[in-house]
Amino acid sequence: MNLLEINHMQKSFGALEVLKDISLSVKEGEVVSIIGPSGSGKSTLLRCATLLEQMDKGDLIYLEHYAAREAEGKSIYAKKGELKQIQKYFGLVFQNFNLFPHFTVIKNVTDALITVDKVSKEEARERGEKLLSQLGLLEKANAYPFQLSGGQQQRVSIARALALQPKILFFDEPTSALDPELTGEVLKVIKELAKEKMTMIIVTHEMQFAKELSDRIIFMEDGVIQEQGTPEEIFASQNERVQNFIGKF
Amino acid sequence: MDVVTMLSQLGKGMLTTGEIFILTLLFSLPLGLVLSFGRMAKNGVLRTVTKLYISVMRGTPLMLQLLVVYFAPFYLFGMKISSSYRIVAVIIGFVLNYAAYFAEIYRAGIESIPVGQYEAAKILGYSKGKTFFRIILPQVIKRILPPVTNEVITLVKDTSLAFVLAVTEMFTIAKQIAAAEKSMLAFVAAGIFYYVFNLLVAFVMEKIEKKLSYYR
Ligand SMILES: Nc1ncnc2c1ncn2[C@@H]1O[C@H](COP(=O)(O)OP(=O)(O)OP(=O)(O)O)[C@@H](O)[C@H]1O
Ligand SMILES: [Mg+2]
Repeated sequence: MNLLEINHMQKSFGALEVLKDISLSVKEGEVVSIIGPSGSGKSTLLRCATLLEQMDKGDLIYLEHYAAREAEGKSIYAKKGELKQIQKYFGLVFQNFNLFPHFTVIKNVTDALITVDKVSKEEARERGEKLLSQLGLLEKANAYPFQLSGGQQQRVSIARALALQPKILFFDEPTSALDPELTGEVLKVIKELAKEKMTMIIVTHEMQFAKELSDRIIFMEDGVIQEQGTPEEIFASQNERVQNFIGKF
Repeated sequence: MDVVTMLSQLGKGMLTTGEIFILTLLFSLPLGLVLSFGRMAKNGVLRTVTKLYISVMRGTPLMLQLLVVYFAPFYLFGMKISSSYRIVAVIIGFVLNYAAYFAEIYRAGIESIPVGQYEAAKILGYSKGKTFFRIILPQVIKRILPPVTNEVITLVKDTSLAFVLAVTEMFTIAKQIAAAEKSMLAFVAAGIFYYVFNLLVAFVMEKIEKKLSYYR
């Protein structure tokens, strides 16, 4: 069963066609990297997939539940209650973390568990502390985000997403806002997750990382998937655009 | 009149001043939030109406507004105005006016919160209401504290405008005493009172700001 299936997704902003016809599916345990030049629509794809943005046409399906289904030439979204259920299937890690500045680290990680999922405070705290110690952040549990380095903040935001136990985790350039010496610690965490067979879709400019980690790499340009395949296939691609893009790194 | 009598009379006025101050804040702070929602509403009619309201309340003298609120029941509905309505009219006038100012402060505060905060909350499954009250509003309050402090300090001084409806707050009494005694003393005392009141306000607001400085 596919955890995620996107069929013929299209999205325009006004006259600008950003996503032209995107289809992809992701199986349990798969790690998929999305690469491509700036403005090719990678973030828009993630934002449509995570319901932050509504697509114009196409289907969006999580574990055989339709979040949106194309009918009469446009995407019809499921009812609010259903979308709330579907929302639980995925998490998203933002480029600039978007931690809640007024919450401590542990509260950032556990607040949604308590107030949204109605998990007891004790259990939430236990889960939160376990995650923080896995990510090497336990001693920062009571710190506020502004007291952390960018790399630590990004790890907290990963913990926050994991706390809700999503089936699939999206990352939008998780290391782009970080100084080079801090990207390593975040990439390491993502590699750990891959080892634990977490299903992930990662937009990244870190070619070496994508190559090492991914089961599949998707190359996007001009709102379409130009090519996809295993890292070996992509890095040996004969497609000129792919070669050009990868050659830059 | 000896000083003790004067101070005790002024003291009574002080209570009324305090009453106007507290009741105005109590009602105008929440009403301002509601107005700011109207001001930012998707519905164009609602947005325009709120915008017009805020612009009129900020663009005309508070003293005039107090008179309008006071006389409206008579001129609009031919109702008899009882003298106990004076203080009520003062409170209504102040609340309607200050809510307009607060609404603009809230709006600026709410619009200054990065959209990423809403998006993170949405992904984590927070409802709209929970997002606003748990995530957004606490950050807004921290950000708007300085402009709110300004308004509150202005309010302390504005309470003296209640004299136009002959409500016996501090300033009204000071004026009466000064006229009867042919002495400035009551004004001096009143001035000191307003000043000390505002020192207190500044002190309290600073405490609150300190309390909220645990995060950035
Ligand atoms: N909300 C929006 N309104 C209008 N245009 C938008 C909006 N969001 C994105 N776009 C446009 O859509 C195009 C694709 O943007 P997108 O952010 O998806 O690209 P990207 O592949 O993520 O690029 P980058 O690598 O720079 O992050 C860009 O031309 C962008 O200007
Ligand atoms: Mg992007």
